Amino acid sequence: MSVVGHSPPPFFKRGPAPLARLFFFASLSIGLLVADLRFHTLEWARSAAATALLPAQRIASIPVDAVSDLAGYFGGMAKLKAENDALRRDKLAQAGELLRQQQLEQENLHLRALLDMRARQPAKGRLADIVYAARDPFSRRVIIDKGSQAGIEDGQAVIDELGVVGQVTRTYPLTAEVTLLTDKDQAIPVQVQRNGLRAILAGAGASALKLRFLAPNTDVKVGDILVTSGLDAVYLPGLPVAKVIKINRDNSFSFAQISCEPLAGVERHGQVLVLGRRITPPLPPERAAESKVPAKGKKARRTKP
Amino acid sequence: MMQPTNSSRRILLPVKIWFIAFTLMLAFFLNLIPFGRLPGIPDWVALVLTFWCVHQPLKVSMGVAFVLGVLMDVADASILGQHALAYVLLAFAAGGLSRRILWFPLLQQALHILPLLLGAQVVMLAARMISGGEFPGLAWFLGSFVAVALWYPLTYLLLLPQFQPEERDHTRPI
Repeated sequence: MSVVGHSPPPFFKRGPAPLARLFFFASLSIGLLVADLRFHTLEWARSAAATALLPAQRIASIPVDAVSDLAGYFGGMAKLKAENDALRRDKLAQAGELLRQQQLEQENLHLRALLDMRARQPAKGRLADIVYAARDPFSRRVIIDKGSQAGIEDGQAVIDELGVVGQVTRTYPLTAEVTLLTDKDQAIPVQVQRNGLRAILAGAGASALKLRFLAPNTDVKVGDILVTSGLDAVYLPGLPVAKVIKINRDNSFSFAQISCEPLAGVERHGQVLVLGRRITPPLPPERAAESKVPAKGKKARRTKP
Repeated sequence: MMQPTNSSRRILLPVKIWFIAFTLMLAFFLNLIPFGRLPGIPDWVALVLTFWCVHQPLKVSMGVAFVLGVLMDVADASILGQHALAYVLLAFAAGGLSRRILWFPLLQQALHILPLLLGAQVVMLAARMISGGEFPGLAWFLGSFVAVALWYPLTYLLLLPQFQPEERDHTRPI
């Protein structure tokens, strides 16, 4: 690449040819892509860089925050008052249930003890603010302002006041990344509240979800509420997730096409609750024995007479 | 220094390295602003990188592009290497075409830049669709068109320090 330059390049120090450099850097990038996608080996580098970039990121989000604050300011008192009234009404409407919940939980505990069942894990959580939505247009993620220093771990469930929002997928020291339910790769085990039918709900982008792998004649109706089934040991059972809005029972597909919309404000910003990790239940005895065999190997068997 | 063009024979001062670094950092900072999914937000880093690759191919090329790409990957929470690959290819193309591009007046330069920026976006799209990402919609490509529309003002803005004479002297011919 010769350019009629102000300072002509020295004759013997031109470096490698552009094509060679292109090959080098392109293969380096493709190597990074593969390392990150397949082997997930670069999380430490990403974590370090993300923490170093945090101050800049905070400053950069000031203008956007300011604009939304300004809009809120001019939205003004009337809106605030209406919201306040609505909240008070809701609180009153729910008071009956809330007041009795303590007693119901106690009763549930006793009944479970009577039936000799494991007690349900109480839901404890940590409040976090959604700082901003990740700029990546290919996925649906948000960043929250609590990280591994505040005890957030990968895999924790994230909810808001209406239902499940998503799951923590990456933790940095001071922030964490939450993959929303609507992300294309995010799946959540659910059951239909009405009849207990279990299924898998997967994201479909743009505040849409799809109920997968159900036969065309399944008993699902428009308006059904889907709650977490708790089979995955990640989400507590019974959290509301989505509502069925459209069903296409076309027999030309092998499965029914069931579209849902999330109940929680999945793509709105605000505060969320990061639920503590569920304690995974122990495997049933025969499965536990199976999983022990390869670990112990032949040695263990030989010691037995 | 500016290469000869048919429209401007103006002799420019040599560019300062710190100014290039400053503009690239500013562009990176602009990219950090979380606009969410608002369409038509240009990729500032890609735009400024293309500018310097076209105007100073000896000073800014694929190495800089790679570093900026990795930084963007971290900032965007996307897959490492996605922006890096796109920017490296962009820098290669811009550097290779720089002598041709600079021959044209600014509006036609912008027309040359458009396929470069769109190409970089297509590379990113391919990298993510292969790994199972979600199609972001055609509105996402709007960012490149906005960026190209900014080529005209950006050229004046970024060349401004090179227009300034070192000492003001009214008897000087240029």
